[in-house]
Amino acid sequence: MKIVACVKQVPDTAAKVAVENGKVTWGDAPLVINPWDEYAVEAALRMKEAQGGTVTAITIGSETAADALKHALAMGCDDAILINDPALSNVDTQAVARILAAAVKKIDAVDLVFFGREGVDGNSGLVASQAARLLGFASLTFASVVKFEGGTLRVERATEEGRQIVTSKPPAVLSIVKDYGDPRYPSFMGIRKASKATIPTWTLAELGIAAPVPIVSTVEILNPPAREVNCDIISGTPAEIADKLAEKILAEKVL
Amino acid sequence: MNIWVYIDHFKGVALPTSWEAIGAAKSLGATVTGLVLGSGVEALAQQAFEHGADVVFMSDDPALADFRPEVFSSTIAAADSSYPEAIFLPTSTRGREIAAMLAIDLNSGVLVDVTSVELAGDHLVVTRPIYSGKIFSKEVCSSRPQIVTLRGRAFPKPAPTTGKTGELKKISAKAEALTTVEGYTASEGGVSLTDAGVIVSGGRGVSNNPSLQPPAGLDEKAAEIWRAQQGFKLVGDLASVLGAAMGASRAAVDAGYIPYSHQVGQTGKVVSPDLYIACGISGAIQHLAGMRTSKVIVGINKDAEAPIFKVARYGVVGDLYAILPALTEAFKKKLGK
Ligand SMILES: Cc1cc2nc3c(=O)[nH]c(=O)nc-3n(C[C@H](O)[C@H](O)[C@H](O)COP(=O)(O)OP(=O)(O)OC[C@H]3O[C@@H](n4cnc5c(N)ncnc54)[C@H](O)[C@@H]3O)c2cc1C
Ligand SMILES: Nc1ncnc2c1ncn2[C@@H]1O[C@H](COP(=O)(O)O)[C@@H](O)[C@H]1O
Repeated sequence: MKIVACVKQVPDTAAKVAVENGKVTWGDAPLVINPWDEYAVEAALRMKEAQGGTVTAITIGSETAADALKHALAMGCDDAILINDPALSNVDTQAVARILAAAVKKIDAVDLVFFGREGVDGNSGLVASQAARLLGFASLTFASVVKFEGGTLRVERATEEGRQIVTSKPPAVLSIVKDYGDPRYPSFMGIRKASKATIPTWTLAELGIAAPVPIVSTVEILNPPAREVNCDIISGTPAEIADKLAEKILAEKVL
Repeated sequence: MNIWVYIDHFKGVALPTSWEAIGAAKSLGATVTGLVLGSGVEALAQQAFEHGADVVFMSDDPALADFRPEVFSSTIAAADSSYPEAIFLPTSTRGREIAAMLAIDLNSGVLVDVTSVELAGDHLVVTRPIYSGKIFSKEVCSSRPQIVTLRGRAFPKPAPTTGKTGELKKISAKAEALTTVEGYTASEGGVSLTDAGVIVSGGRGVSNNPSLQPPAGLDEKAAEIWRAQQGFKLVGDLASVLGAAMGASRAAVDAGYIPYSHQVGQTGKVVSPDLYIACGISGAIQHLAGMRTSKVIVGINKDAEAPIFKVARYGVVGDLYAILPALTEAFKKKLGK
């Protein structure tokens, strides 16, 4: 099976992200592989282990984004591709989807493309379905269980109401959610291999596409309004606390 | 201005955000067309009128009995020869995916999971939380239709007008599918987290009651889970008196106390209830990311220094095993239950 895993680099989730001078800052917090994409890589690797084949990790990003690819390689991906082009300073999700779809076509004869649920930076969760639509692949999103038997993919999708069981034939796009199972840690051997790997860079010209014009753009970013919270600590015996707290909550008219 | 609103539902029961989306479109002065797709969904079309839709495009077809994104998107893309200024959808698993695919079909953009929408001249300016609410982003879409998914509970729900009707137009289903829905596993039931007005959540602290004596023969891990179950029972008792959904921290989920579907936070669900009661949850930044926009937050924690008290309106420094049963009793009395 020819498998692709799409990963992106994001600021660590523990970072104190804020707006300074109109720009997003995250202090000295490290950039890491998007935590959701670790699940995508894990699912891609387990598919390869069961079916044979290769897993290629791809990212669109700056040169430093290659670190996210190194993490994917260290987990066990066979190779990686960095898509980097000066024309890509301003992209929306649809542009990302178009570029990833072009890369999947260039890799050729890809059976499965794995995505994370969403980027923890933009919280969009659009790229997987957009790429599926562009490629004409089946879209199997929010997958918590993925099986491939007798040429058919069988996926349990985690929806609001419970799990929907969906089947399709490859080629398909999948996005993976957390209850799929924990992603593996990179092994010592994996880290060594990844540190030595040379990662090819593809430009838009090599993909044969022009820079997609962003349709969605940001006009302003803001720090959220400061929440004036002065915590009212309620004390007494448990029964007194319960009585006072219940009164206060009822007075808030939130029930 | 015309706005289409996708009426998201599961087996004929609408998500409340579908009505909130009609309300949001109406408040911009738009003429609203509800999009009702499914099998046996005539009642839903009627509800859409009652919640304010002027027109309903309905595709009532057995091929639409189960949600499949490619089928639903194609059906909407072919609904009419002219497109509206905007298409609103609830930010649900379905709404997000239809929005994503429609953007490709109609070559337009998606403003996803917005918490406010304003009209600026001829276009919409939305606000959406990014970085899990650490930053707010104002965004615009340069193409038409502007596809917008609306966060649940961020917009007021319009009061329905019983018996109101409107123009019903039947549209045909575009049924070419790439996927087959085989069925559903039993849903977990209870109140859905993202729609809940009240949430009571438990964290790692729920297992911390050394005086509880687990049944003999349990190993250490099993004993911890047994203790956590006793703690979550107290959380559940309070939730049931309040008609609340039950949430959890990641530590509680990872320790196996409760399924992942209950996880609130950066890598769980983002919720915004009117009341959020955090029990035995320290208030890590990733947890706060999922609940900090709740209207009233209550923290119950043994540790007076716990960060949850920095966002909580009310705090109790104490043992949840003592406080929760008392609080449940107090509410039972005051609410007459
Ligand atoms: C990439 C990433 C993503 C993450 N995503 C999430 C997420 O989505 N959601 C999330 O919640 N976390 C998330 N986390 C984890 C987060 O950092 C914290 O580890 C987690 O929230 C801690 O859970 P907790 O508060 O239940 O546990 P702890 O931090 O261990 O806190 C337990 C609290 O219970 C109190 N306590 C103990 N016993 C009692 C008692 N008997 N009565 C009252 N209080 C008691 C203690 O004082 C303590 O404050 C994420 C972390 C990472 C790195
Ligand atoms: N720049 C990127 N490079 C590679 N994959 C990406 C990129 N951006 C997003 N993705 C993939 O798309 C998923 C959803 O991202 P998003 O729609 O931006 O929230 C992520 O979890 C990744 O798998």
